[in-house]
Amino acid sequence: MKKNYVVETIRKAQMVELLSRGKRLDERTPDQHRPITIQTGIIQKANGSAIVTLGNTEVIAGVKVATGTPFPDTPNQGLLVVNAEILPMASPYAEPGPPSEDAIELARVVDRGVRESEMVDLKKLCIVEGKTVYTVFVDVNIMNVDGNLFDATSYAVVSALRTAKMKKYVVENDKVVAKDEMIPVPVDRTPVSVTLARIGDTLVVDPNSEEECAMDMRVTITTDDDGNICASQKGEASTITPAQVLEAADTSIRIGREIRAQILEATK
Amino acid sequence: MEAKRKLIREDGKRLDGRKWDELRPISLEVGLLKNADGSAYIQWGKNKIMAAVYGPKEVHPKHQVLPDRALLRTRYHMAPFSVDERKNPAPSRREIEISKVIREALVPAVIVENYPRTAIEVWVEVLQSDGGSRVAGITAASLALADAGIDMRDLVVGCSCGIVDSQVVADLDDTEDKEGSGDMPVAIMPNLNLVTLLQVDGDYTRENFQKAFELAIAKGKEVYAMQREALTKKFFGDEAPSSAEMEESA
Repeated sequence: MKKNYVVETIRKAQMVELLSRGKRLDERTPDQHRPITIQTGIIQKANGSAIVTLGNTEVIAGVKVATGTPFPDTPNQGLLVVNAEILPMASPYAEPGPPSEDAIELARVVDRGVRESEMVDLKKLCIVEGKTVYTVFVDVNIMNVDGNLFDATSYAVVSALRTAKMKKYVVENDKVVAKDEMIPVPVDRTPVSVTLARIGDTLVVDPNSEEECAMDMRVTITTDDDGNICASQKGEASTITPAQVLEAADTSIRIGREIRAQILEATK
Repeated sequence: MEAKRKLIREDGKRLDGRKWDELRPISLEVGLLKNADGSAYIQWGKNKIMAAVYGPKEVHPKHQVLPDRALLRTRYHMAPFSVDERKNPAPSRREIEISKVIREALVPAVIVENYPRTAIEVWVEVLQSDGGSRVAGITAASLALADAGIDMRDLVVGCSCGIVDSQVVADLDDTEDKEGSGDMPVAIMPNLNLVTLLQVDGDYTRENFQKAFELAIAKGKEVYAMQREALTKKFFGDEAPSSAEMEESA
């Protein structure tokens, strides 16, 4: 979300000074994320859902599965679409209207993590090649903004998908018919997004709103179950040194492992 | 679907005959557009991209004015005829995101504090697209900014690396981008050795991540030499001073 409020210079100086001693204003260490809570199955009308809190950041993801036609270049694959909206209730700085550049970037970065990790097996979402496939929409409502929407959104999307059930469709007499049976959305991998912000010269994990106002650079790195990197995005109109890119990769792999365990526990 | 075809041939070369770390042919020309304050045209593989700069100019609407620096506006846009299937000319979500990351890749190089209360507009039009169009667009856009005489700390140059058949390769073309297993566009300020754009998708071990990232930086520096040559050619014609002479006068 846009940095549209000001952090006093003295507060920022305090942050930088504390970080030089390895501390943060909210008493976290630089590589410590805020407490995460994950609750799934909160929306009965959705195929899957999750509410995730990351500190005071709160997001709800809902999965809706329908059937549709595949893209012509991937006739044997289902569709997966991630979309995010920053609700006007989420912050005094949010406004209603068409999705902002920030919301589009947010949804696309989260989508990239889910897609590139091959979390959802799109081939298993094919019903009739070239004609009918499952279409999986994951819509995310940002309810309260306190920084790091990228990671909160990613955990909500992954948790909602891991617990989603969809109606079974079969082909009978050349017709696609719905069965009275629910099957899980075919998920396999568990991508975990870890976002770091640079304040002064230090990279900190999971910035809150205040830290986002003081950061000059943000980098999100998504890793998969093997500790491989499957997506990344640098943000903000600033630079990053090559050494910091590698530092961020290592931190993200390490922190991602802990968070993955928590997501798996909450969605088993 | 048919089995995934191999993108690296028996002889170790890629489908278009390149070695793993070889760039596609690149040509750059500065100052082709008459009305724009600065412009640059790049052909990079099958990419054909025009970048134009207007400004510093008055900001409209006025509420967007930044009191202490210039507002940099960017638009990355693909012509409907630039791809195989006609593209709807309205900006897609992909183009909106790319416009944003291009802006964030260019701003660090522009000394925006020197132009308070003004707008600098950068228009990137993809006339024909191939893999790596955003980095080609950034490479042309930073030349167009320099051509417009905007104060800059460094040029910005991009190159994309990725994974094809489990191997790190430089400068993916569109087939390799679509059928390969990873794309990593990187933009740098070559003299300052700072990264201004980093996007990653695909499947990288920690080792391959570092290899691809460092290759992208090295290849970007190769493209920078061409960028610099194109710029000096615009201003000095065939009597362009050699790099050594320029180092001396600097």
